[in-house]
Amino acid sequence: MSIDNSIVRKVGKLAKIKIKESEENKLLDELNNILGWVDELKKVDTEGVEPMLSVFNESMNMREDKSDSKFSNNLITKNSPEKKAGFFVVPKVVE
Amino acid sequence: MTDFSAIDITEAKKLLSQKQITATELTEFFIKQIEEKKELNCFITNTFDIALKMAKESDEKIQKGSDLGILEGIPIGMKDLFCTDGVKTTAGSKMLENFVPFYESTVSQNLWKNGAIMLGKTNMDEFAMGSANTTSFFGNVLNPIRSDDQKDLVPGGSSGGSAAAVASGQCFAATGSDTGGSIRQPASFCGLVGFKPTYGRCSRFGMVAFASSLDQAGPITKTVSDAALMLQSMCSYDDKDSTSSKKLIPNFSDYKKFDLKGKKIGLPNEYIIEGLNEEIKKKFDQCINIFKDCGAELIDITLPHTNYALPTYYIIAPAEASANLARYDGVRYGLRENSENLDDLYQTTRASGFGDEVKRRLIIGTYVLSAGYYDAYYLKALKVRQLISNDFKNAFEKCDLILTPTTPNVAFPIGEKQNDPLEMYLNDVLTVPASLAGLPAISVSAGNNNNNLPIGMQIIGRPFEEISVLAAGSAIELSKV
Repeated sequence: MSIDNSIVRKVGKLAKIKIKESEENKLLDELNNILGWVDELKKVDTEGVEPMLSVFNESMNMREDKSDSKFSNNLITKNSPEKKAGFFVVPKVVE
Repeated sequence: MTDFSAIDITEAKKLLSQKQITATELTEFFIKQIEEKKELNCFITNTFDIALKMAKESDEKIQKGSDLGILEGIPIGMKDLFCTDGVKTTAGSKMLENFVPFYESTVSQNLWKNGAIMLGKTNMDEFAMGSANTTSFFGNVLNPIRSDDQKDLVPGGSSGGSAAAVASGQCFAATGSDTGGSIRQPASFCGLVGFKPTYGRCSRFGMVAFASSLDQAGPITKTVSDAALMLQSMCSYDDKDSTSSKKLIPNFSDYKKFDLKGKKIGLPNEYIIEGLNEEIKKKFDQCINIFKDCGAELIDITLPHTNYALPTYYIIAPAEASANLARYDGVRYGLRENSENLDDLYQTTRASGFGDEVKRRLIIGTYVLSAGYYDAYYLKALKVRQLISNDFKNAFEKCDLILTPTTPNVAFPIGEKQNDPLEMYLNDVLTVPASLAGLPAISVSAGNNNNNLPIGMQIIGRPFEEISVLAAGSAIELSKV
């Protein structure tokens, strides 16, 4: 399955990574190479095989549904590029 | 100053307990080594003040002789993938260049509780994506071992800084993380022991996530005996990681009592791949004889889906990464490229903060999960993963351990394999299958090739049977092939 520039642009948007026009063709070639290679898997007969999501097969515990407020808002926003009064700040998204 | 670079943890523990040396002396020695070997670029952040403080505390404990941890007074390197409270944790990325966690990863916490001393945070491929330590935002790491023609070689990756630091005597041991071979491959390239335990043995809490169904922490050490001590200190059940195992953690050093006599060692013919280096093949044959001499029985086994492991991995790991790395949005932590528009802020931040290899994998991962392609790629890969896992299950009905080379080739010069991502991915062809199946696997040095470059052998075991894997590794180590 080979992909074209429009798919590269679309996937870039989905991945929220801006792709410069100058980078597009190189990336396209690399992706087509990789996808051509993983296409090998089509040769494998997987009829009736269950997908394996994890190797972990022990039972998982439900934790109690209670908040754990060990960290203050100030601590949690400490690494944020922009914050105000314990909140994260983003550009205005509503008019 | 005494040269401590020739001894291992096991030996240093003896000297510490006999009070022949102090933790402070050890720490000062390694600090000096780190300063003298800066050109190898093994560390992203040095934590010498913390190290000296921890050493002082260890020395006080050793003086009193009480409350001693397994690694009391032992200086180590911490891969910069483990969050360390108050110490910058970058995962080798521009995205996290200034990120300072306010909590500690469980693995590092366990090590400090056991008395280990943190010398610094080791360099790595960006977000652990790489096999040569050439994708780090903080520059390439050099392998301290040089070929006879004196070229600069890669240390392997992604735990390249950890491996190079241990191999050049800048610390006794270091932590690594292994998603597809990131502990075993660099250990192999640097002539060391690298051990990825069973998935679930070490908590993933506080480890910067790459592919959560595969990521597993483990040690890089000089000796098998040290690997057992490090792993003992790193493992624990942790309710902060939903896939942390509740299985009993054995005393890993009991591998010394494990007898390989009568054990069946499987040799998968699928691992003798086209392109496997001749000298590595020769070492592999020598290792077969070592096990024969131990009284083990060597049998041929088949892992028929081995050829599909690498393409399976390169669907599953990028898919999981694309979800995990969605968190780097320029809002809560990490880099931000400012914009008036939120969507544009996300897109420019991620374009600027991630390096080429990471972006490539995120795009692949997003593609294989996107509508219309999910079944053909991601779902298909999950099914093949099941078949790969079944291969191992079937094989382990016939044998107890599996012996393979760790890598198809020895360490290569910096700059090679950079133009074609696929060529770089092939480095992991022999390590990825055990990762997909979540099995414990060790790489131990089996001596050097004619050009004096180390060759690693891999031993894969049944889930949670780390002890037999360590025992087999030790047999190769002791034979001094």
